[in-house]
Amino acid sequence: MPNLRDIRRKIEAIKKIGQITRAMNMVAAAKLRGAQTRLEQFRPYGEKFREVISELVASRAVLPSQFPLMAVREVKTVGLVLVTADRGLCGAFNSNLIKEAEKFIAEREAQGQAVKLICVGKKGYQYFRRQAEVLESYTDVMGRVLMQDARTIARRAMRAFLDGEIDEAHVIYGYFINVVRQVPKREKLLPISVEESPEKEDKGFSGAPIYEPSPEELFDQILPMYVNTRIYAAMLETAVSEQAARMTAMDNANRACGDMVRELTLLFNKTRQASITKELMDIVGGAEAIKQG
Amino acid sequence: MARILLEIVTPDKVVVSEEVDIVTAPGVAGEFGVMAGHAPMVAGIKIGPLHYRVGDKEEWVAVSGGFCEVTGKKVTFLVEAAEKAYEIDVERALRAKERAEKRLQEAQAKGDRMAEARARAALQRALTRIALAERVKAGLPR
Repeated sequence: MPNLRDIRRKIEAIKKIGQITRAMNMVAAAKLRGAQTRLEQFRPYGEKFREVISELVASRAVLPSQFPLMAVREVKTVGLVLVTADRGLCGAFNSNLIKEAEKFIAEREAQGQAVKLICVGKKGYQYFRRQAEVLESYTDVMGRVLMQDARTIARRAMRAFLDGEIDEAHVIYGYFINVVRQVPKREKLLPISVEESPEKEDKGFSGAPIYEPSPEELFDQILPMYVNTRIYAAMLETAVSEQAARMTAMDNANRACGDMVRELTLLFNKTRQASITKELMDIVGGAEAIKQG
Repeated sequence: MARILLEIVTPDKVVVSEEVDIVTAPGVAGEFGVMAGHAPMVAGIKIGPLHYRVGDKEEWVAVSGGFCEVTGKKVTFLVEAAEKAYEIDVERALRAKERAEKRLQEAQAKGDRMAEARARAALQRALTRIALAERVKAGLPR
């Protein structure tokens, strides 16, 4: 029969774990709200960037082949920017991202291409540092997503691309659908390619706009910034998804704690009842024996 | 007089969204002004002070690199950072200036051209912010 004191101790311990998971859940919820606001505030910036670049390309004012960052070449080595969280305890979030990265690597290697990684976030780096070629890693940057960090990372990727270290760059990050759903997403980063903008808003004027300085110079200035924003967007999305995943994971943990406490309390009561019954029987048995004797 | 909608957007937030009479910005190819009815334009923006006027109200904003798109009714600035003059933290700007100067010296000593360019840009940003903040403190309209 289980020991009463052991069960009670276990219940206490699980209740304490429950307190921690509840606190972590609330912290994640607060952080999620903050990160989500930032993501929403970033969107107009990112969208406008994409729009202007695709307009420039569509207007034929610039030729993509002129720009090193848009140059398509035969792919021998692929760069992969993997954005994960710095911390764990967020369910399968990080391992889903890592799995997606492994799938990507396997696909590319099957095509005879080598894959080099740029890891953003500690979890991805910890996993891949021993089993893949890591060009560079950036850890402790996911807590507060800063444009400054995004710029450093983007610069590293662009340098690798321009130096011929890699012939293409892709990014894998945690795409935020809603609070309960986050999925790994793949996007091509370099060479920069734009789809022609489908709908045209009414500009109130017709004809080609003025470019100042020349479209080429302008593009030279804008393209690197565009890569910065892509990396920044990926980091923001991942940060939001991480908090959402942690919130869900901690909520589940909390519920599991409640279930365990309930089961253990039941067991505790049953055990106590059994021991009382046993004691009673002993007493009754003893009294009976005295009476007969 | 017809006004034009001015929007200054950074990765963090929309800093300004306001109907203005005129906006003057530090373009890569030189300073330029935009009023309502301006021809469509896309222009590169460098680090510097941006100025706009609504009636009698004058505002200054310190912007860093990016670009600007002018359409018939709207002018949008997409810049990596923008701070309204009266929101500038002078202490922080001064510290940034010192830091940038030190980095510039180090980079020059080492001959690291990339780092030097970055330090120069940081210094430029700090100087713009300090100049604007001082202008606000002096209470000068321009």
